[in-house]
Amino acid sequence: MNLAVSIILGVGLVFFLGGAVGILRFPDFYSRLHPAGKMDTLGSFLMLGALALYHLHPFTLDNVLVAIKIALIVVFYFLASPTATHAIVDAGIRAGQAAWQKPGRGAGS
Amino acid sequence: MDKVFLYTGLILCLIMVLSLYRAVLGPSVLDRLIGVNAVGSKTTVLLVLVGLLFHRVDMFVDIALAYALLNFVAVLAASRYFQKRGGLGR
Amino acid sequence: MQQPPTPEERYEAEAQVISGQVRPARRAYTFLFTFPTLMALWVVLSGRFDAFHLSLGVISCALVSFFSGDLLFPHAPHPRLTLRLWWRFPLYVPWLLYQIFLANLHLLYLTFHPRMPELIDPHMVRFRSKLKSEMALLAFANSITLTPGTITVRVSPDGDFVVHAIDRFSGEALPGEMEQRLARTFGED
Repeated sequence: MNLAVSIILGVGLVFFLGGAVGILRFPDFYSRLHPAGKMDTLGSFLMLGALALYHLHPFTLDNVLVAIKIALIVVFYFLASPTATHAIVDAGIRAGQAAWQKPGRGAGS
Repeated sequence: MDKVFLYTGLILCLIMVLSLYRAVLGPSVLDRLIGVNAVGSKTTVLLVLVGLLFHRVDMFVDIALAYALLNFVAVLAASRYFQKRGGLGR
Repeated sequence: MQQPPTPEERYEAEAQVISGQVRPARRAYTFLFTFPTLMALWVVLSGRFDAFHLSLGVISCALVSFFSGDLLFPHAPHPRLTLRLWWRFPLYVPWLLYQIFLANLHLLYLTFHPRMPELIDPHMVRFRSKLKSEMALLAFANSITLTPGTITVRVSPDGDFVVHAIDRFSGEALPGEMEQRLARTFGED
């Protein structure tokens, strides 16, 4: 049980690390949003899920309520993260941010 | 198990420093916003981890929930504000 | 099978909400949907079951759902459609999670690849969705954003999507299977 929780925590950390490195490495604002908005969502889903699972262990009412609260955070994240990403992308488009194009590609498409 | 949580929290802090680079030095305002959003989502997880370390999850999970809500509202408000202002400082 | 509300009905409901002249019958109807939702949230968040805290919860939830019950469900939900949604949506979520996981692995590969700038190819994709109801469009837009490699940039109420894709591979997968599954979930096939 503890081993499974540790492994899921580790996988979540890998996704978080991928998100952070992606934010640093991608060339322009729009492509930076891809790792930022989504790997963080999956990372927090995995980590919070593991923590909720760990906290269920003495199966009492209080612990179940805390686990439900953690699940509520996850559900909220799955609703809020795409909305926040969409708001930032919309702001970028309206402010006229230039998009990075692959070198050697025309301005079209 | 406390050790696992401790080291997970420390690694999470290091990852937050990586995201902070974009929040501090991002070329445009919206890049900073991405960095702030990423740091905020990690903070939510970190709060639950800290709660587990202190054996007071029932208290810290409420703070984490409030922080997640606040982070979401802050990002929405900031992105709305900067899109109205138009010209972004480079 | 009841149909989802037509644009005219929707417009009428919105006009009622904006002008504040909501018919009493509709107000009672939305109250019936809003109050249990808020009450369940209260019980989970407070975590106390004695009479004092529960009565506090009943009072505040009743006040909130009386004054702003039409915000949570702006269009009076159709009972049969809602029921169908309640047992169809949990079937959709595991598939979505699996897709998110697969696509995240792809993005992880892209992120750590040393020659990443040669692999990615950011571009915009435009397409028209056949989904009609607002909830279905919202769920579709959020699902597109959550599947990495694609971000919904703009959605119009009649289903025109503008999507930013990070490489050719993720751009070609749209609208694809996800739309069909959502159409089945929301009873629009």
